[in-house]
Amino acid sequence: MKTGLSRQISKLAIAVAAAGLLGGCATSGNPKDPIEGFNRAMFGFNEGLDKVIIKPVATGYEAVLPSPLQTGVSNFFSNIADLMIGVNNLIQGKPAQAASDAGRVLVNTTMGFLGIIDVASTMGMEKHEEDFGQTFGRWGMGDGAYVVLPFFGPRTARDTIGLVFDVATDPVSHIDHIPSRNTLLAVRVISDRAQFLKADKVIEEAALDKYSYVRDAYLQRRQSLIHDGNPPKFDPYSGSQDGKVSEAPQEGTSAAQVATRN
Amino acid sequence: MKLFALMLASVASFLLSPGVQAQETAPDVLVKNVTNEVLDIIRKDKDIKAGSTKRAIELVDHKVLPHFNFSRMTALAVGRDWRQATPEQQKALTEAFKELLVRTYSNALIAYKNETVDYRPFKMQAGETDVTVRTQIHQPGAKQPITLDYSLEKTAKGWKVYDVVVAGVSLVTNYRSSFATEIRNGGIDGLVKTLQAKNKSLEASAK
Repeated sequence: MKTGLSRQISKLAIAVAAAGLLGGCATSGNPKDPIEGFNRAMFGFNEGLDKVIIKPVATGYEAVLPSPLQTGVSNFFSNIADLMIGVNNLIQGKPAQAASDAGRVLVNTTMGFLGIIDVASTMGMEKHEEDFGQTFGRWGMGDGAYVVLPFFGPRTARDTIGLVFDVATDPVSHIDHIPSRNTLLAVRVISDRAQFLKADKVIEEAALDKYSYVRDAYLQRRQSLIHDGNPPKFDPYSGSQDGKVSEAPQEGTSAAQVATRN
Repeated sequence: MKLFALMLASVASFLLSPGVQAQETAPDVLVKNVTNEVLDIIRKDKDIKAGSTKRAIELVDHKVLPHFNFSRMTALAVGRDWRQATPEQQKALTEAFKELLVRTYSNALIAYKNETVDYRPFKMQAGETDVTVRTQIHQPGAKQPITLDYSLEKTAKGWKVYDVVVAGVSLVTNYRSSFATEIRNGGIDGLVKTLQAKNKSLEASAK
């Protein structure tokens, strides 16, 4: 979903993010969220879009398509994503993971019929989750303000920059045949969304205020991802965790992010 | 007859001996047993299969609740303001938050009943009192498993879960900023009321 839309949209996203960051209207609450008013409006916009178009289509997709086929579709896109996940692991200084990612692409593209079957996972080559936002976080870039982008959903300032790189290097958006490209982008959005239908319902039930629930989940999730699942524990009573090392971004399709974006 | 009495006595003394009490269930075993037991019931129970939240909540109340430390969880979710709450307020808050978590958890169990659970390798130093047990949920159709981690602390009554972390997100501390907003607007009592209202509306919409 995130990588999906075209370059123009990413330009729009940057413009919006820049406008938001510069012209922030302060509201309550989280110090990470200085432009809460703007963000809430964008969140509402995305929710509306999801409710009217994306969620109904994803619900239909899930209802109609047999589960093994859904897995095949999702594996196909996952295999494409593994390419840049490997690159990100490499430039984060994790050559072993990068090698494993490359191995995954090799195995899955050949033995797994263009990625439709995730043979590599059954061989014990674990799937990773990396993106440029995480990479910049690893490199020491602070995460900056929280921002809700139209279409893409929650990000931080750093993750927004990461997103631009993610989109620019997304193999699918480089397909020359425009109808094929657009079809693939759309199917990917729906396939990703379908995986979060259940999570979405749980969030609706759990949250007192969905906006802040999603925001805080996104920030925690990014923090966890950037540390590959082992973020430093923070003192429960000390209040805010200051994200020096940062909370970072995700890549294409983390659960929290898609759920957030819903 | 005497022999039987002797046997009984020795069994009783064995059960009561401190050595046996000390052999409490290890945290990873505890998580595994409870998860397996609950999933097993959920997959078989007709009412739950039909989507009955009520039955699922009964199940969670029975099997899962005894292993959770809800006052610690509530304190974690509230953060700093917890210490300013009176004992009565803390009690009311814990009750209301417990109900919300149980409801959410029960519904998540129903939604995810067909997923399989993997237990990550668990290591623990002797004498540790705060550990994390890591599991993974495999969803059919999803490209990646979801991590589900339990934080447990050792108490006089055995290991108790005080946090549940899904995909890196703590279901407990994730409430902190919305709780803080509620407390700023209406005090601790305001938060209790909001939680109770939320629970009521969920109850009304549940089967």
